[in-house]
Amino acid sequence: MRTIAFRQALREAMEEEMRRDPNVFLMGEEVAQYNGAYKVSQGMLDEFGAKRIIDTPIAELGFAAIGVGAASNGLRPIVEFMTWNFAVLALDQILNHAAKMLSMSGGQFSCPIVFRGPNGSAGQLGAQHSQAFENWYANIPGIKVVSVSNPYDAKGLLKSAIRDADPVVFMESEVMYGDMGEVPEEEYLIPIGKADIKRAGTDVTIVSYNKMMKVALGAAEELAKDGISAEVIDLRTIRPLDWQTIVESVKKTNRLVIVEEQWPMASISSEISYRVQKEAFDYLDAPIRRITSADTNMHYAPTLVAAYLPDVPRTVSLVKEVMYMKK
Amino acid sequence: MQTPFGKETYLYWYELMLLLRRFEEKAGQLYGMQKIRGFCHLYIGQEAVAAGLMTAINDNDNIITAYRDHGLAIAKGIPAKECMAELYGKATGCTKGKGGSMHFFSKEKRFFGGHGIVGGQIGLGAGIAFAEQYQDTSNVTFCFFGDGAARQGMLHETFNMAVLWQLPVVFICENNHYAMGTSVERTSKVLDIYRLADAYDMPGDSVDGMSCEEVHKAIDRAARRAREKGGPTFLEIKTYRYKGHSMSDPAKYRTKEEVEEYKEQDPINHVLKTITDNQWATEAEIEAINEKIRQEVEESVKFAEESPWPDVSEVYKDIYVDQNYPYIVD
Ligand SMILES: Cc1ncc(C[n+]2csc(CCOP(=O)(O)OP(=O)(O)O)c2C)c(N)n1
Ligand SMILES: [Mg+2]
Repeated sequence: MRTIAFRQALREAMEEEMRRDPNVFLMGEEVAQYNGAYKVSQGMLDEFGAKRIIDTPIAELGFAAIGVGAASNGLRPIVEFMTWNFAVLALDQILNHAAKMLSMSGGQFSCPIVFRGPNGSAGQLGAQHSQAFENWYANIPGIKVVSVSNPYDAKGLLKSAIRDADPVVFMESEVMYGDMGEVPEEEYLIPIGKADIKRAGTDVTIVSYNKMMKVALGAAEELAKDGISAEVIDLRTIRPLDWQTIVESVKKTNRLVIVEEQWPMASISSEISYRVQKEAFDYLDAPIRRITSADTNMHYAPTLVAAYLPDVPRTVSLVKEVMYMKK
Repeated sequence: MQTPFGKETYLYWYELMLLLRRFEEKAGQLYGMQKIRGFCHLYIGQEAVAAGLMTAINDNDNIITAYRDHGLAIAKGIPAKECMAELYGKATGCTKGKGGSMHFFSKEKRFFGGHGIVGGQIGLGAGIAFAEQYQDTSNVTFCFFGDGAARQGMLHETFNMAVLWQLPVVFICENNHYAMGTSVERTSKVLDIYRLADAYDMPGDSVDGMSCEEVHKAIDRAARRAREKGGPTFLEIKTYRYKGHSMSDPAKYRTKEEVEEYKEQDPINHVLKTITDNQWATEAEIEAINEKIRQEVEESVKFAEESPWPDVSEVYKDIYVDQNYPYIVD
């Protein structure tokens, strides 16, 4: 199979859907003439023209609103945020407008829109450019939240998100845009709401998503050297959460560790822990444990970044703890 | 009195404004009886804006506004009885009892809501217009908001893009001089709100909102400009609400004299005087209209009273188009 970059997988998803449906268009800062801040939309202006690939002013609230209004009146916008840190300026439109359009109108006005862009930290970018927002949006009824970890999933899920009749928040990562991965030439879709077992195992379940999947898979690799078989689940969709896949795995492994880039309070691991204790209480042989980002703002110095983010060694040692193994 | 508008127009204005006035008076009464709950913002005093608008626009044109939405919704054609049922929260309401007073919607009538976040709909209105331009229709979107909303950042972001992209939208600030208890004078040095358009090179105008004629003329000009691909217009329509901001507001921040001054220019009285001065209707004919409106409002109340509450299963409906969404229920 051919191998392509993450950003190309995202671009192909948008291009294919734009060829398929003339009502799909892309808008955001630097998406057209500059070919995208991270070159995701490279070449799209040439193919689709300025009517459908639209450069906006730096006005997140305003262009998100124009997208939501256009979606309520028959179009299917893809709104790119340069990063999700800046999308907080548009939170009012996502939370108060897009997510509520259908219910407030008693089912009359739907809002088929995709908000997408990179999420989470990306090196030493300091406190304002390093935040992961999955749990913020996962709390909101009326939207769906997708957060992807590789080119194959990115393409299949973005195509589904664009076709979805409801608003979808779609999270990528600045540090993964160059990642290469196998993506078939033929068209395919991945349904929203299905987690994926990225590595099968029998001794412990590790759940993760987005770029923390690298940590989860890296830890599984290390653990294998010690004869520990970890099953690694990639959530892929955060809302709705495919907890059944997690519970099935835990019933087999009896142990659960969650790795995520969220801050700990009211994070995705909090919700998973509630669900697993309720659905699989008798199957657990150890407390559910997690590694999140530190409960602080991210600082600049490399030592402080490393101390803030989840990593492989800490994940490995946490897994050994839930397996009651001496470190 | 000389007027470019004919008998039909005046009779239409009279009947429509009377319906809005009587509907709101009844809503106020029912609120006092606790038949209507939640926040409820009445349109009384601002009827000429809805009337002048309606004679200047087409059925296919779009309207979006804020929570003070009863008047524009009924004017755009949502039946009074569906509006009253919505105020009650009944299943037969214009949003099935899901929106309430602040969130009237009708896809059929191209009424894009009733929105509760001050200024949020300014951008939505531009987006609705964006979709019309994208699909190459000649429909114009009329985007309403208050004088208070004019101070939101949303206005500036939206005006800039609407002019840049020449969107077929008419922005209408219904300046009723107060945002809750705060007068326009207390929120900005810029008292002529229409001049905010200048910064974006958008045509802007100040309009007498107590006059159906003036409202019609201004909206007609702006609508033509938008339809002929001349881009957006900003109209500041100076109007007045006779009642408080919402039902809980005794409106102590303004004088009796000020309220009386506007009531003397009451648009319903003015239109009625023009009709009788021109002998366009006999006293009996006017009384027949009054009676018809009385009945329509009474029937709307009867309809609301007799309608069922929404079934509790509706809690999990209309959140997603996706019928199979797996809600977390414990
Ligand atoms: C973003 C936001 N801030 C505050 C409020 C509370 N609020 C509701 S109405 C209102 C006054 C708005 O006045 P104006 O825009 O002049 O409209 P009017 O009520 O006069 O029609 C305020 C402050 C709100 N709903 N939304
Ligand atoms: Mg006001």
